[in-house]
Amino acid sequence: MAATPDGKGPLLEVEDLHVSFRTPKGMVEAVRGVSFELGREKLGVVGESGSGKSQTGRAVMGLLDARATVRAKTLRFGGIDLLTASQRRMRRIRGARISMILQDPKYSLNPVMTVGRQIAEAYLIHRRGTRAEARSRALHMLRAVRIRDPERVYHAYPHELSGGMGQRVMIAMMMVPEPDILIADEPTSALDVTVSLQVLAILDEVVERTGAGLIFISHDLNLVASFTDRVLIMYAGRVVETCAADRLAEAEHPYTQGLLSCLPRIDNPVETLPTLKRDPRWAGGPQ
Amino acid sequence: MIGIDGLDIVFGKGARQFHAVRDFSMEIAEGESVGLVGESGSGKTTVLRALAGLVAPTSGTITIAGEPQGSRRSLALRRRLQIIFQDPYGSLHPRHTIDQILREPLEIHRMKISSRRILDALAEVGLGPEFRFRFPHQLSGGQRQRVAVARALIIEPQVLLLDEPTSALDVSIQAEVLNLLTRLRRERGLTYLLVSHDLAVVSHICSRVAVMRLGEVVETLSIEDLRASTPQHTYTRQLLRAAQGYDRTVLEELDQLDEVL
Amino acid sequence: MAETLQTRETLRGWLMSDAPANAFQARCQRIWFSWLAFRANPIAMAGFIIIAALILMAIFAPVLTTGDGFTQHLGDRLQPPSWEHWFGTDQLGRDILDRIIWGSRITLYIVGLVAIIVVPIGMIIGITAGFVGGWVDEVLMRFTDIFLAFPRLILALAFVSALGPGIENAVLAIALTTWSPYARIARAEALTLRNSEFILAARSQGASTRRILARHVAPLCLASVIVRLTLDMAGIILTAAGLGFLGLGAQPPAPEWGAMISTGRQFILDQWWVPTMPGLAILTVSLGFNLLGDGLRDVFDPKSGGA
Repeated sequence: MAATPDGKGPLLEVEDLHVSFRTPKGMVEAVRGVSFELGREKLGVVGESGSGKSQTGRAVMGLLDARATVRAKTLRFGGIDLLTASQRRMRRIRGARISMILQDPKYSLNPVMTVGRQIAEAYLIHRRGTRAEARSRALHMLRAVRIRDPERVYHAYPHELSGGMGQRVMIAMMMVPEPDILIADEPTSALDVTVSLQVLAILDEVVERTGAGLIFISHDLNLVASFTDRVLIMYAGRVVETCAADRLAEAEHPYTQGLLSCLPRIDNPVETLPTLKRDPRWAGGPQ
Repeated sequence: MIGIDGLDIVFGKGARQFHAVRDFSMEIAEGESVGLVGESGSGKTTVLRALAGLVAPTSGTITIAGEPQGSRRSLALRRRLQIIFQDPYGSLHPRHTIDQILREPLEIHRMKISSRRILDALAEVGLGPEFRFRFPHQLSGGQRQRVAVARALIIEPQVLLLDEPTSALDVSIQAEVLNLLTRLRRERGLTYLLVSHDLAVVSHICSRVAVMRLGEVVETLSIEDLRASTPQHTYTRQLLRAAQGYDRTVLEELDQLDEVL
Repeated sequence: MAETLQTRETLRGWLMSDAPANAFQARCQRIWFSWLAFRANPIAMAGFIIIAALILMAIFAPVLTTGDGFTQHLGDRLQPPSWEHWFGTDQLGRDILDRIIWGSRITLYIVGLVAIIVVPIGMIIGITAGFVGGWVDEVLMRFTDIFLAFPRLILALAFVSALGPGIENAVLAIALTTWSPYARIARAEALTLRNSEFILAARSQGASTRRILARHVAPLCLASVIVRLTLDMAGIILTAAGLGFLGLGAQPPAPEWGAMISTGRQFILDQWWVPTMPGLAILTVSLGFNLLGDGLRDVFDPKSGGA
């Protein structure tokens, strides 16, 4: 279990997290008792829709809307209690120390501002500095995400960029204040397969260089397993299994096994794909 | 069953022209299942829509069951060929009940409408009668896609065009829908043209695949050849490799990034 | 008591049921859920209450009034508000509250007729233009532009002068000047819907354009049009009142609120209640429609979950 370099324990501690929503049909519990720790590593959170994986990420950032209630035994980021932190404190943490990348850069980048200005602004919000400093940091980050012509991209608008470039710009923007934790919520789901591998490679490089912890949320189990160090598998708001990414084939929980076996495989043809028989006991709790 | 020859589709005029499909040709026999694989911008969806008569070809011919077709289709032809779309959240009218959605094709083609027929159509795709009067927003993505399949099949077509039918679905639901599609094809002797970016899905359902890139077919091969990893074209090999997941060695090849601004 | 409780439980169960047994139940359920969302919005409810009060007032006018609003009692002229005459009397001794209540029927008649004329015409023109496109769109929109170009009251005045005074002519004049924005709204909606996948699905099944417009496009455009209509009601009422004020709408002795202000305005300094009360009535009803329209807009907005 990787710890912070000063050895004072993990970056993020989550214990018994619950997120519930008020809906016209009653209370809906999206996250039901999730616990995990994050060090300076790449942690994958995998689940299907409705598993609560995105809500977990947003609960850590404090980004859920007013209809949601967040409860936890512990929700601590390097010593700071996120549950009781004031809005002001959360604003200072968000972006500066914990950042988030979302799925589609078309919707998460401001369409009327140039890309460079957005990155520079992300820098200025969290660090005192001159505009010139912010600009040079922005260009530096654009280079860090392997954009070959940073000057040109600096002055481009989001709609002028392809999907892959847009995500790289998002990575640049979110990493410019050098956060300790990066949460990536389906960062490559909207991208073509070849492009998404390139984006992941860049993410890999950037995260390793800055020593940040990464939470990679996705529905793609194989992709997550090949990219991260450790994987959490979620079902119905609970974590049903945790395992090292390279030992996924030895997974024990029937849900994980089911997920792995129901994928069609090029090298292993079958007439009928095995389907997941959902056991209601899986919603009952972790092993 | 289906013949496409020299299909060219250009959108827009003059300087802002976009050549979506270039010189696309293909023959699909009755009962065959063929896949079209490519990434975004490859033109695969445009080809499908042209086949469905939703997009007018700029040049080239499309022949269905021996008769050449334009985009003005006869009702009889519409009945032969049905399309299933990618987005289960968009392909069903938000204000119609499932019952209405299934009746509509029957009404259009003046076929007999009965409760029995609607319930049978639902049962065929694994949905019980309790779904009949629900609205689409009350159904999950997988259930909506099943309704889309039921809607397509209720008028007994011979050809199904499938536009990434499982891309928006969870993996476990995808398996169920793929099994459904395989079973229906076997039972009814349907002809499939499946468009997807996912080589694994294509290899499961199809016997033959055409790989497209930037509007052109770069390679056509049988699924056996694909499995034996004998694709000739670099792009096909790239796609195959990408289907296997992330690999740190991709970092080394990053200098060959395709930047499109 | 126990029986009503039980019926309420089964009704509630019927409305919340997961598996509706027929189309009617499904539709009732949808309306019920929209109503719940609507009810949660205090502004919308305020507007709804005002308009509901207006409608009830119009229906129960014979019960609520003490007189018929027409009979003159010249001995009681210009009495200030009192227990006997809550809003006072006008220059012919008629109780003003009575006249306002009777006048609510005229107000509803006018807005109802205008709505019935304007919504279908605007929608048909708008969705046809938006969906079909091309030269059809151009022709229909230029036709709409002609009507849009005129200021509403002036055009209404022109029509009424040509057709002659009277409520029906006023309604016609108002309708002719009001329909064009609805065509625009319907066209905008149709344009966005044109490339939706469910429309493509209908086309690929062989649905004719007319079928698609009527069954697929129109139901989705209706929401925006209705919201706009309720927001416009205030304007329609004011235009009718304006025409009435100028003597071109309802003719005396009909208790149309605008006409009441007009004939009462000479008394504004000493017997303020004569023109002011009908004025307040117009104000309240316009406000009610505005609030209702805002509330409907919030309910129909997909972001707030109104299906």
